[in-house]
Amino acid sequence: MTRTKWIAAVAIGTLLMAGSAAAADKKTVAVSIPAADHGWTAGVVYHAQAAAKEINAAFPDVEVIVKTSPSATAQVSALEDLSAGRKLDALVILPQTSEELTMPVKAVKDSGAFITVVDRGLNDPAIQDLYVAGDNIAVGKNTAKFLVEKLGGKGNLVVLRGIPTVIDDERIKGFQDGIAGSDLKILDIQYANWNSDEAFKLMQDYLAKYPQIDAVWANDDDMLLGVLEAVKESGRTDIKFALGGNGMKDIVKKVIDGDAMTPVETPYPPSMIKTAIYMTVANLVGHAPVRGTVKLDAPLITQANAAEFYFPDSPF
Amino acid sequence: MSTVTQSAPSRRPRDFAFSWADAGPFLALAALLVIGFLVNPDFLSVTNLSNVITRSAFIAIIAVGATFVISSGGLDLSVGSMAAFITGITILFMNAMAPSWGAWAIPAGMVVALMTGLACGLANGVIVTVGKIEPFIATLGTMGIFRALITYMSDGGTIPIDRTLREAYRPVYFGTVGGIPIPILVSLAVAAIASFILYKTKYGRKCAAAGANEDVARYSGISIVRTRTIAYVVQGACVAIAAICYVPRLGAATPTTGVLWELQVITAVVIGGTALRGGKGHIWGTVAGAVILELIANLMVLSDFVSEYLVAAVQGVIIIIAMLIQRFSK
Repeated sequence: MTRTKWIAAVAIGTLLMAGSAAAADKKTVAVSIPAADHGWTAGVVYHAQAAAKEINAAFPDVEVIVKTSPSATAQVSALEDLSAGRKLDALVILPQTSEELTMPVKAVKDSGAFITVVDRGLNDPAIQDLYVAGDNIAVGKNTAKFLVEKLGGKGNLVVLRGIPTVIDDERIKGFQDGIAGSDLKILDIQYANWNSDEAFKLMQDYLAKYPQIDAVWANDDDMLLGVLEAVKESGRTDIKFALGGNGMKDIVKKVIDGDAMTPVETPYPPSMIKTAIYMTVANLVGHAPVRGTVKLDAPLITQANAAEFYFPDSPF
Repeated sequence: MSTVTQSAPSRRPRDFAFSWADAGPFLALAALLVIGFLVNPDFLSVTNLSNVITRSAFIAIIAVGATFVISSGGLDLSVGSMAAFITGITILFMNAMAPSWGAWAIPAGMVVALMTGLACGLANGVIVTVGKIEPFIATLGTMGIFRALITYMSDGGTIPIDRTLREAYRPVYFGTVGGIPIPILVSLAVAAIASFILYKTKYGRKCAAAGANEDVARYSGISIVRTRTIAYVVQGACVAIAAICYVPRLGAATPTTGVLWELQVITAVVIGGTALRGGKGHIWGTVAGAVILELIANLMVLSDFVSEYLVAAVQGVIIIIAMLIQRFSK
């Protein structure tokens, strides 16, 4: 018995020493993101894994670990697992929900880690050291400005919105601000839950209801795919523009190819996770100051700059 | 065949008697059409009705299968995920075969879809009957499995169909024969075959018997295991047929394909007059139920009365009213 205990004690001691030695050598950056359950999150996973691979190869003394979680509860557990085994030097997190993740992230912060929050903010902004997000208002506003300009400030629009959330509200608000003051008129606006099938049906209904539609805006590219199919099938020629938003590769490809109906796109890039990981590592390795808030712009993607936003290997 | 001998005596006078229970869903449908016309005359335009009925074809076809499952005393929550999974497998297969087989990859893909559907249905059936697991739990499990598989196959993104096949396959959803869209013809054919099986064959009677009273059915020498398993296989085949019609619509499968279809399917079956606890199935009622659901959604968009935030609430109210009309017209 005593012998077994001794062996166990030695083994544990060795492990502990090895652990602390490794920690001294390597800085650990944990990345906690939602699992890929639709196009945009699939893009986040793709870019996070790409960043981890590049950084692990470039900096031998940094280890980036990517962990995906299908739900908020699972993400809380993942945070506990990540911080239980080792000391984290930094945590990059795209929270599933703000409410449930706030306290668990604070616990990681209290253990001394640098906290980077991406896209969806926590309830207490004091927890984050760095916040990286896109600009949902600009997604709506820049699209609206393009339409005002191209339609000569006059025309009938229909809008498809997503799921009732802050993201959706901000995009719609940006769009409404963008067309304010012009004679563009929103004939109708309905939810299609960011789903291409529902968007297809809704667009068919819009086409049945309104004899003259000059442009369609779906506030997400998944929905735009359904819209385009419904317009194509109807054979209607009054629709001059059908625009989306988010930067899905199929739509960016249309922009590159000079599509007449979808000549521009606005990004809300899932690659922002990559920006966040690189900045966090810059702080750890290069002592570069990064604390603060970074709001990525949503410039119009046109044929001229589309290549910068085109990731043919990404699932999104 | 016994089917012939059995179908003859069923031509009794009561077949011609007017049955309120059978007519219920059609009365609700007619009422909805009238209300729709009053709200917006465009509602009854040929284009609008043809769009809406074509769109309801997927749910109608799947719901015909669900009528078998529910009638036999089972339940299948996995149909939406299964449709997405079959769509994914079919597109991947067609894309892989397109370079060597050209347009022949499309019929071959349809066969693959059907085989996958039969296999998925068989799996559900065997888990429920041989495994003796509650249908709700068993199919909740397979629902998660199919959904995860489509997410895995697509890396969470989209599986688009090969460009070379896209145009050749398009007519299966968008084409017409004699002015009637193909998905409508397919769902009518599926419903016609299904109602023949359910009302005119031995199996149909077994199905209703197993759902109405399991013990009595067993004492009458009916194999509950076989009857219910076959019902799930029929369901799988119906999901596959729906998937075949679905692929050309958007030309892609995604992890959000077919989300919540199971609820629409079950609602269509129940609106159609089939009891959720099993017993006699109403195939044509189910088809009417699927059309009613789609018409309600269409009406919500065409009318200007309802705020976009309240659409789901109004839909819920209309469904409940439709059920009440049926209940009190019996």
